[in-house]
Amino acid sequence: MNKLVVSLSPHAHGSDSVERNMRGVIIALMPALLISFYYFGLGSVVVCLTSVAACLFFEWAISKYVLKRQPSLTDGSAMLTGLLLGMNLPSNLPVWIILVGALIAIGVGKMSFGGLGANIFNPALVGRCFLLVSFPAPMTLWPVQGQLTTYTDAVTGATPLGLMKWAIKSGNSDVLNGLPSSIDMLLGNISNGMGAGTIGEVSALALLLGLIYLLWKKVITWHIPISIILTVFVLSGLMHLYKPYYANPVQVILSGGLMLGAIFMATDYVTSPMTYKGQLIYGVCIGLLTIVIRNFGSYPEGMSFAILIMNAFTPLINHYVKPKRFGEVPAKKKGE
Amino acid sequence: MNFILIAVITLGAIALASAIVLYVVSKRFAVEEDPRIGEVLEVLPGANCGGCGFAGCSGMAGALVKGADNGSIDGLNCPVGGPEVMGHVADLLEMTAASVDPMVAVVRCNGTCENRSRVAEYDGVRTCKAMHMSGAGETGCGFGCLGCGDCVEACQFDAIHINPDTMLPEVDEEKCTSCGACVKACPRTIIELRQKGDNNRRIYVQCVNKDKGPVARKACSVACIACSKCLKVCEFDAITIENNLSYIDFEKCTLCSKCVDLCPTGSIVKVNFPVTESISSVKEIKEAIQ
Amino acid sequence: MKLHTFSKGGVHPKEYKLSHDIATIKAELPKVAIFPLSQHIGAPAKAVVKRGDKVKVGTLIADAGGFVSAPLYSSVSGTIAKVDTAIDATGYQVPAIYINVEGDDWEDAIDRSATLETLANHPELDAEEIIKRVKNAGVTGMGGAGFPTHVKLMPPKDTSAECVIINAVECEPYITSDYRLMMEHADEIVVGVELLMKAVSVDKAYIGIEENKPEAITLMSEKTAANGRIKVVPLKQKYPQGGEKQLVEAVTGRQVPAPPALPVHVGAIVQNVGTAFAVYQAVMKKKPLFERYTTVTGRQIDHPCNFLARMGTPFSQLIEACGGMPEGDNKVLAGGPMMGKAVISLDVPVCKGTNSITVLSGADARRKQSEPCIRCGKCVSVCPMGLEPYLIATFSSLQRFDELEKESITNCISCGSCQYTCPAHRPLLDNIVQGKAVVMEMIKSRNKK
Repeated sequence: MNKLVVSLSPHAHGSDSVERNMRGVIIALMPALLISFYYFGLGSVVVCLTSVAACLFFEWAISKYVLKRQPSLTDGSAMLTGLLLGMNLPSNLPVWIILVGALIAIGVGKMSFGGLGANIFNPALVGRCFLLVSFPAPMTLWPVQGQLTTYTDAVTGATPLGLMKWAIKSGNSDVLNGLPSSIDMLLGNISNGMGAGTIGEVSALALLLGLIYLLWKKVITWHIPISIILTVFVLSGLMHLYKPYYANPVQVILSGGLMLGAIFMATDYVTSPMTYKGQLIYGVCIGLLTIVIRNFGSYPEGMSFAILIMNAFTPLINHYVKPKRFGEVPAKKKGE
Repeated sequence: MNFILIAVITLGAIALASAIVLYVVSKRFAVEEDPRIGEVLEVLPGANCGGCGFAGCSGMAGALVKGADNGSIDGLNCPVGGPEVMGHVADLLEMTAASVDPMVAVVRCNGTCENRSRVAEYDGVRTCKAMHMSGAGETGCGFGCLGCGDCVEACQFDAIHINPDTMLPEVDEEKCTSCGACVKACPRTIIELRQKGDNNRRIYVQCVNKDKGPVARKACSVACIACSKCLKVCEFDAITIENNLSYIDFEKCTLCSKCVDLCPTGSIVKVNFPVTESISSVKEIKEAIQ
Repeated sequence: MKLHTFSKGGVHPKEYKLSHDIATIKAELPKVAIFPLSQHIGAPAKAVVKRGDKVKVGTLIADAGGFVSAPLYSSVSGTIAKVDTAIDATGYQVPAIYINVEGDDWEDAIDRSATLETLANHPELDAEEIIKRVKNAGVTGMGGAGFPTHVKLMPPKDTSAECVIINAVECEPYITSDYRLMMEHADEIVVGVELLMKAVSVDKAYIGIEENKPEAITLMSEKTAANGRIKVVPLKQKYPQGGEKQLVEAVTGRQVPAPPALPVHVGAIVQNVGTAFAVYQAVMKKKPLFERYTTVTGRQIDHPCNFLARMGTPFSQLIEACGGMPEGDNKVLAGGPMMGKAVISLDVPVCKGTNSITVLSGADARRKQSEPCIRCGKCVSVCPMGLEPYLIATFSSLQRFDELEKESITNCISCGSCQYTCPAHRPLLDNIVQGKAVVMEMIKSRNKK
């Protein structure tokens, strides 16, 4: 008989694993990805494929040659970063810019901190924001939907967010009449010569389907996405009541990268708080920052920066926000 | 042009003000320290190993100066620096350093894979502390070395390593500074600081098993079975047997080796002795047969 | 009907109640019975026999070693072979009594009849007498921990008990011994509960049973229907519902404060259902504790069984009776997969707290490779005590013991939910128990000063 195996308890383990969670997120992204292929065609396919391949390559190369340790590509996290990075880019972005973005996302955003589990900032957002700041022009030319066979030569236009910004700057609420209807924004059908936005953000419905999948498979909990969306809804509602040139709250939560950010970017395990209470605080602050940047800042889109800023606060939130200890009752009489 | 001038003057003024503030604060809040502490600290090795009993070299430096003020630095010794460093310190403080017998870490277990068979396979966190908590370990001896290397982790002088053939730690006598870190790290107190001895020779019982003789022997072929032969033969009263385990007091041991020859299991070992005539002749016979 | 449960955390391991419907069988007597002197929390018992003495079933072989201790009785008849050391579930050699088994003669004082004795028939039994009989019979907690029952029935002076809570939850996978005990001895258990209630002078008792044992809920509800003071409380299935703090909260809604507080500080005396049965036997049948229900189970075991096993029977014998050890890698646990102890030898004997012998085979016997923490926070969400396992595990491995104390590591009940859940297969509990041991030592030595 073989020697008996011994260890400390517990001796059983659930079916959860890192791969299962990463796979869950990738599957949840599929509706949004497929819708984007439908709306943007060739461009989105090229951008996403390039981003995924580049992220996988850089992670392998940096693990093997710089950090000199076993690359762990099979855990799915590099693929997920690539996919999320790609979905945060416009579909007409040239390949070389995507490569730079992937290098920064993986190299700076993830590996320089020590690899999976050690990074402070969401790698895909680090990549995206680096590109936004370094290549402002290519990163803010949004292709119009329907150009299925074009890539970098796509015709571009202003996005709903651009319109909202213009309405605020000019103080003119009539500008907002040019926005697509809420139903159209839900489905992602943004037409009339308007640019639709980044690859992943067009169809709020597809993203919400992803949210339902993630909640069902227990990959994430409701705390972060709902707190972000509710905060943005409430605050933008207050702004809209205050002055009509602020868009109405339904249009605000359906526009731009809000859904994508709330459901997929802010919920990244490594960079979000560990307790439910902490996650609610995190979500509310992201919502607040997003509204501030969108309405008072110079960028039309505030989600990415809001998430990155709150990523920096996550360790602080983890330090001060502790779960309620069992039995920590303030003034319970002993024995009654 | 005005703008540049204003900027230069403003920044210059801020810089000057900051410099003055920093200077005043550094003087006002300066900590008075005896300059001798700094001098002693220079001489000490700076490893902060804790072998002297203080948290770091600065703690030791403070204690030495305090001792010097009280008239004696006896009882304070830096094992890493040894007599050389202690001599320098003594000169600095105009004191005499007490002579201390050099010590070395000794691993009191010989439960190699050959001597002590593995009866179970441990599948948890591979540190000695964790394995010790999970139970007796992988062998029938609940006192013996677990081989995960907590001692190796603790050593700052690269003086102890696990031998992959025996899965036991081995101490490099040259590098060991007897700081005691490995002694504290071992959850089973297998490592002991003993005198290096004359000519670097030592005799000790290489076992810490406190189970009854037959049980200990069943688990490991070189265990101490407390048969008392060593106790009876020692003329210097150096051996005590307690809890089924023999122990040799290094202060009293004269290295006569009588106990080593008598031990039926071979658990008493002698280190750094020359190979004696009788053993070499056995070797010759063995070679002749082969 | 909304089922009660505890408020924080918890996991849902697969049940694998393979021996759920297997009627209990009497295990064969061993050839040599081994009795470690410490089968309970507290001072070890002191042997009162020596080599060559003849004993019967129910003869005292070791006396209690102090106030928090319990006597030990022989479960076999025969001759004392030696008072030596034996290997126990921890793998260490501990003092133990070996008995060569001859026949099956019982002490005359034990009432072996099947008549149900009730409190109504015995008005002479008052609290003091009940506790005395429980103490003399060597009854200790049968749920696994083995706290001497008579000590629990004499709570500290500054507390007052309000109710007795019977732990029939059996939340660990695989184990079915408490369930079978309820199905086969429900009447005796009810009397045992009444005895416990009388011993601590309360008039309320609750029997907590998880919803995965509907037959037991029905049966016990029937048996207690007439008795207005005992109530069966069905509980949602969630591990660790059987932890006493979680059980107290689920049944009474009150949370037991941090250690050194006990459940009795919120008015609850918690006893395992097996202990209630042992109390009945001790008080009414003058039967000391020497045999117990033990499940022997495992997915690769030929026929998992529930045994009525005499203490001192080696694990190997019981496993053989179930078809023997499976081929390949095996991990044998004294207890269930979440909190059981892995034994290094099958010569380990059944003790007072051995409620099950679980054999995990093949891939189940080994852990998966540990990966870096992905900071998912799942360990925090499942911890029933509101701790942060990722943090205290890391602090433990970095030896930051002062910070560990601030993070309330002493509240940890070692349930293992954190390690069970961790997607990165990190050995969280391994590190936490090490840290906990050091911090408790620190606190103990600080309180001594």
